[in-house]
Amino acid sequence: MARILSILVGLFFTVALAWSFGKGAYTQITEPPAATAEHEFHLHPKEVSHSFDGPFGRYDNQQLQRGFQIYKEVCSACHSLSHVAFRDLKAIGYSDAEVKAIAKGFQVPGIDPATGEANTRPGLPTDYFPKPFANDIAARAANNNAVPPDLSLMTKARHEGTAYVYSLITGYQEQPAELLKEFPDAKTPNGLHYNPYFANLNLAMAPPLTAEGQVTYADGTKATVDQMAQDVSAFLTWTAEPKLDKRKQTGWAVLGFLLFATILGYMSYRNIWAGKKH
Amino acid sequence: MSFPWAKQYTPSHPFMKWMDERLPLPRLVFNAVGSGYEVPRNLNYFWNFGFLAGLCLVLQIVTGIVMAMHYASNTAVAFDSVEMTVRDVNWGWLMRYAHANGASAFFVVIYIHIFRGFYFGSYKAPREMVWLLGVVIFLLMMATAFMGYVLPWGQMSFWGAKVITGLFGAIPLVGEPLQQWLLGGFAPDNAALNRFFSLHYLLPFVILGVVILHIWALHIPGSSNPTGVEVKSESDTVPFYPYYVAKDGWAIGVFAILYCAMVFFFPNALGHPDNYIPANPMSTPAHIVPEWYFWPFYAILRAFTQDFFFIPAKLMGVLAMFGAILVWFFLPWLDKSPVRSGTYRPLYKKFFFFGLLPAMAVLFYCGGAPAAEPFVMLSQLAALYYFAHFLIIIPIVSAIEKPKPLPFSITESVLGSDEGAALAPAAH
Repeated sequence: MARILSILVGLFFTVALAWSFGKGAYTQITEPPAATAEHEFHLHPKEVSHSFDGPFGRYDNQQLQRGFQIYKEVCSACHSLSHVAFRDLKAIGYSDAEVKAIAKGFQVPGIDPATGEANTRPGLPTDYFPKPFANDIAARAANNNAVPPDLSLMTKARHEGTAYVYSLITGYQEQPAELLKEFPDAKTPNGLHYNPYFANLNLAMAPPLTAEGQVTYADGTKATVDQMAQDVSAFLTWTAEPKLDKRKQTGWAVLGFLLFATILGYMSYRNIWAGKKH
Repeated sequence: MSFPWAKQYTPSHPFMKWMDERLPLPRLVFNAVGSGYEVPRNLNYFWNFGFLAGLCLVLQIVTGIVMAMHYASNTAVAFDSVEMTVRDVNWGWLMRYAHANGASAFFVVIYIHIFRGFYFGSYKAPREMVWLLGVVIFLLMMATAFMGYVLPWGQMSFWGAKVITGLFGAIPLVGEPLQQWLLGGFAPDNAALNRFFSLHYLLPFVILGVVILHIWALHIPGSSNPTGVEVKSESDTVPFYPYYVAKDGWAIGVFAILYCAMVFFFPNALGHPDNYIPANPMSTPAHIVPEWYFWPFYAILRAFTQDFFFIPAKLMGVLAMFGAILVWFFLPWLDKSPVRSGTYRPLYKKFFFFGLLPAMAVLFYCGGAPAAEPFVMLSQLAALYYFAHFLIIIPIVSAIEKPKPLPFSITESVLGSDEGAALAPAAH
């Protein structure tokens, strides 16, 4: 009885699945899904290597500072960095005095102590990076109806985030002729910019790094577009994962200890079971 | 219950004697995981995963309690509170990664533990209750993990919650009111986040309780073993301490190395990048996918693309998704073969290795893939096999199969002969 019941229930599900499969297969043959421009022209991030790759990789503070300079002088005009405080910059090699000076260079929202009116004041190390726009509506109004996303976690919020940021910044190009030939309706709309590394190929952000020497690096590194893109993607990797160095360092100590303990454990296991066939 | 040859707890220190007469907790431990628990001597490494699962539960509770100290279950600040924990709390990054990867580790261990049970017939008499409680634990784990994933209030948290609670909407008549009641609103919002946090904190302790029942029920007949032959005599078993304490001990080491390698070097490999974007009810992610450990069941849910007679496709998917786990409850009565271990069941073994395992692998893969072809068609075939395996193949196989001859005893399977047991009286 139990068997018959079970087989009946089994038939219920399997027949329903076979029905779904059959209909799906039939539709697939009669109306194959149309190809999309995104599907055919979207590219995976470029291969790019950084000092912090791999289990032994560590941040290069020199590079992070250069990347910070790019953020400050280019990106921060539109993009917030809301999870990062000025004090955090000490971790990439700035001294207390330098952090103070950097913070002072930013105007942050404040309150007039005399009138209680909202105003702005120079930043303190404990302040977070100020947002460039008061709210999303203001951001949209100033940016062709697109909100520039916060960058604190950008490199963890995209697949292969570090390479993605680098590829996006260096990936702007003319829309390929083959794309327009195959998908005449997919022409990049006015005000958007074609970029095959962006999910839907058309990006509201104009190319942010366009010319060599756009930024004058404090450490004298030659500011090619490629260099600037690498540096800022490294900096944004740090903003997303500030504890990476400590994490890997701790990880090796932990693994070393565990390896030792496991070998001891294995030896005592062998010892205890010696002479006991199993 | 215990075997007659099991060591008795005999406290020698006066304090331990005093304690034993008042609260025999040391006796309980001695009989549960000490020298008083006799275990088959021939357990292979698949039998380490029960102990490892217990370890994972403790790990999740400890790291989870620390996370809860810094977490704020309010939609306005939940995302930021998790980021703050990672950035500003001492070792907060470690707690977060240990907890998030701990959930994955727990499911890896539990899937191996469950499939060990499938292959070696651990669900069969007299261990049905162990199995049933185990399925209850698995269901509780899934609920706990689902709600835990919602807490950081990222994009996948929100949209995962929306999709999964939306499933209740597929239930005829009461679906929509039920869904609103569960969420405390029309969509996942503050009310839902708060109750998910409350339940996410509660359920692990419920799991702990059921785990105690699971172990209690296990200790009545004692552990099963790879031959599936019941314990017959003293030479079949060894005391848990020191034998299996030592074996579990070094298995923990191997587990910890793999787990720590994930936590310290690939902490985000199993997570979805979208969950580092704060929840935004106005922007739907391109692909909504749950955490990897739900993928087989998510694939089953999405495999039903056509209405079946008068049953809408969505309801069929929901029925099948829950049914896929509920069917495990009936397994002890669907598989009537008197032989437990797959090793001695030629036909069952074939279906296990060439049917169930590949079907699960396909379901895992397709559940994480976009809802497009060929993944939907593949998951339809795999889901079809999945239901056929448990509901049609197992009952028929257990009726027609001719099992291989079993060893006389555990000792014989290990040593090749067993002089002792032939003379000794049976254990039961």
